Amino acid sequence: MLEPASVPDVRPPRRNRSAERLRRIDRIGDGLLYGVCAFACLLAVVTLLLVAYESVNGASPAISKFGLGFLTSTTWQPNFGEFGAGSLIFGTAFSSFFALLLGAPIAIAIGLYLSELAPKGVRGIVSPLVEMLAAIPSVILGFWGILILAPFVHERIEPFLHDTLGFLPIFGEPQTTGASVFTASLILTIMIVPIIASISRDLFLAVPRELQDGASALGATRWEVVRGVVLPSTGSGVIAASLLGLGRALGEAIAVTQVIGAGSEIKASLFETGDTLAGRIANQFPGAITELHQASLFYCGLILLVIGLLSNLLAQRIGRRFAYAQGVK
Amino acid sequence: MAELGAAFDPTAPLSASGNLRRRQFVSRFSEATATGAAVLAIAVLAILIYTVAARGAGALSWEFLTTGEPTGIGPALIGTAVIVAIATAIATPVGVLIAIYLTEFAGPRATRIMKATLDLTNGLPSIIIGLFIFGLLIKPLEKQMAFAASVALAVIQLPLIARGSLEVLLLVPGNLREASDALGVSRWRGVIGVILPSALGGIVTATVLAVARAAGETAPLIFASSVFDATKVGLNPFEALPNIPVTIFFLSEEGNPTGFTRAWGASLVLIAVILFASLGARALLSRNRERMSR
Amino acid sequence: MSSTLDSLDSFEQRLAPTPAPRLRIQDQGAPPDTSPHRHIGIEAVFEAKDISIFYGRKKALAGVSLRIPRSEITALIGPSGCGKTTFLRSLNRMNDSVPNFRIEGQILYHGHDMYAGNVDQVEVRRRIGMVFQKPNPFPKSIYDNIAWAPRNLGLKHDLDERVEQALRGAALWDEVKDRLKDSALGLSGGQQQRLCIARAIAIEPDVLLLDEPASALDPIATASIEELMHTLKGRFTIVIVTHNMQQAARVADQTAFFSLDSSAYEPSGTLVEFTDTATMFTNPADPRTRDYVTGRFG
Repeated sequence: MLEPASVPDVRPPRRNRSAERLRRIDRIGDGLLYGVCAFACLLAVVTLLLVAYESVNGASPAISKFGLGFLTSTTWQPNFGEFGAGSLIFGTAFSSFFALLLGAPIAIAIGLYLSELAPKGVRGIVSPLVEMLAAIPSVILGFWGILILAPFVHERIEPFLHDTLGFLPIFGEPQTTGASVFTASLILTIMIVPIIASISRDLFLAVPRELQDGASALGATRWEVVRGVVLPSTGSGVIAASLLGLGRALGEAIAVTQVIGAGSEIKASLFETGDTLAGRIANQFPGAITELHQASLFYCGLILLVIGLLSNLLAQRIGRRFAYAQGVK
Repeated sequence: MAELGAAFDPTAPLSASGNLRRRQFVSRFSEATATGAAVLAIAVLAILIYTVAARGAGALSWEFLTTGEPTGIGPALIGTAVIVAIATAIATPVGVLIAIYLTEFAGPRATRIMKATLDLTNGLPSIIIGLFIFGLLIKPLEKQMAFAASVALAVIQLPLIARGSLEVLLLVPGNLREASDALGVSRWRGVIGVILPSALGGIVTATVLAVARAAGETAPLIFASSVFDATKVGLNPFEALPNIPVTIFFLSEEGNPTGFTRAWGASLVLIAVILFASLGARALLSRNRERMSR
Repeated sequence: MSSTLDSLDSFEQRLAPTPAPRLRIQDQGAPPDTSPHRHIGIEAVFEAKDISIFYGRKKALAGVSLRIPRSEITALIGPSGCGKTTFLRSLNRMNDSVPNFRIEGQILYHGHDMYAGNVDQVEVRRRIGMVFQKPNPFPKSIYDNIAWAPRNLGLKHDLDERVEQALRGAALWDEVKDRLKDSALGLSGGQQQRLCIARAIAIEPDVLLLDEPASALDPIATASIEELMHTLKGRFTIVIVTHNMQQAARVADQTAFFSLDSSAYEPSGTLVEFTDTATMFTNPADPRTRDYVTGRFG
């Protein structure tokens, strides 16, 4: 008669315990990972909020003293405790928009060159070179601006522009030693071109080949293909990129303060000295002794923060709408 | 049916006909303009680098790199290294953890919030971050300290590292995650043992780029580490440490020709470090992408 | 090849579909003439002379010679990957943008060497239009899609009428006439493809090249495209690439069969047989053709 072999099916208790311990470690580990990651995210959000808080907090003495009149008053006399950011807001807008006006077309042209014209090998070399321009620290750019660009602009460019286009009030009589809103705008242009160019290049490269082929097949020249298909389908993306560049220009403090000449009045001509919100802060904060002086500079910072955040949010919104439109296809 | 007048002679030679000559001229002109713009950008870069190299080379020497004021920038080099190192040590873990959260745990709402936070932080002007660190640390403690500068730089670095890590974490092939899940490996083991190692190259690249970025930032340092003794090396992060960007900034504002030479020398060193780091990161990036796509 | 036929050609003739005269040497009982020169009486729009195409070191097409007659539909059929589309795209210089593209031999268009030094690519594409496999309407309105190229060419007067005629020619007018300003991207696949055809014919090219125009479409849309072929035939010379044999049989006047030539060291595409469609599908000369059209391979 056959007897079934008996197999013990009781697991040794030792193994059971260690398996449970392992599972417990895993649960703790998972929870810990989640906790640590969530904490990091919280830290980032809190930091951003803190930045806003500190800006308001630091500015509060000036806000309570000057209120919104700070935005329009052009008096800036530390010795008399009189502060007004009107000319600074003007200088910020003037220099940044001029830089955008000059820089965006150049950057878009570079983007088109890199995506449409340059052979792959050339693109592989020129693209990183353009991005390298963005990696140059602003303090070095400003230093170069003081010693090289400003004299050159003062000796060659400003007189030329004044002589030929002097009927326009923005090209007034050259002053000083080349430290001017114009020089600062040129430096800002150099800073924002790489940003806008790289993003534009990527946008143009993403336009489907078939769309461009379709346009070419209709007997269109290269430029007509760009104008008719490439540019229209990337339009809002390029605008978002330009807004990001604008944000960079608005916030630049160091290079601007090195070359802008620290003027305090609103002048129509680009060739005068001027100042921006960021530049004024960098220029005067180390030497600001009184509470009100510091607070006024913080107030400038707060205005700058608001402008910067607004342009960033606008860029994000336009960028999102652009990405959505691409997805619809 | 009215004649619409598009008739052309198809047997005519295949050179430009009708208005094509003019249109080709316009097209070639635009091509020349675009090429010119690229040439302009390269030219500006070349002029910049040439100027810095030509004027800075004269100041370079072993003495310059190792001694303190007024002969050299040695302490400033060390100080920058310390400040950037601490900043990177803060920003990298936080950035990577944020990226892990976004890939492993985040729902759509959290993703939106974090992406917006990172974008906004990235867009903050560095002067504002300088004011922030002044208000948060310098003013209450009533002294400058390099550590505060590091915190400020870490804020600037954070979006770069988080985004770079996120990009490379997203590239980790789905089947890698599935494999570790299928083996019954817990989340945290999977992340630490499998996913992070495969994304390590990209994270390192992002970190190197962040280092390059932080090394050149001046504005926060004006607030946090601008009053220092540059004649000797300092390592204490709770004091203001000499550093390269502020040194260049002050020398540039002084108007003293010998100071200018030192500033060019310092600029050359700074640019060399940054360009070297950027190029290195880029080379790492392309090697990584190749490895990832295989 | 005389050019007097051409100089007599007036615009009105191009608009009204007129079947071109067919001269065919057909003898009852004699084997069908499959030489490329059998159409010697009809003017050839294209004459390819021993064409070889390379992408870098890879030979995509070897030794193709054929003549494409005027005002008829010529189909290029064959299994995928044997150079049909490559050949088609060489006919309007669309391959120029492909890196490492190289062509040997000659393609004559109305007697002119298409790859000669003084040839303007843009002029070539103005005369030889192309419709692609996947519909590629511009992200513009229906009207602007059609009007874009005529505007470039300076044909700005009577634009409305030109657009209408193009849409009618593509059998799309009735469906879109009330929504010309709507985005073209809102049309269905078949409508978009007809829009692309309308776009191509709006500038009245000499030749229409169609690269598998119906392969991305459902059967009903495909049928409408094929119907269109017949009405367009008299106005334009049409060359159509298709992997669908039945389509070629329904639509084309003559057919060219491409296949892979694996006899050479490196396999490349080659022209196997070129004859009128009826012959190709009932009594092809080459055994490879017979295998393909009877479905034995490919």
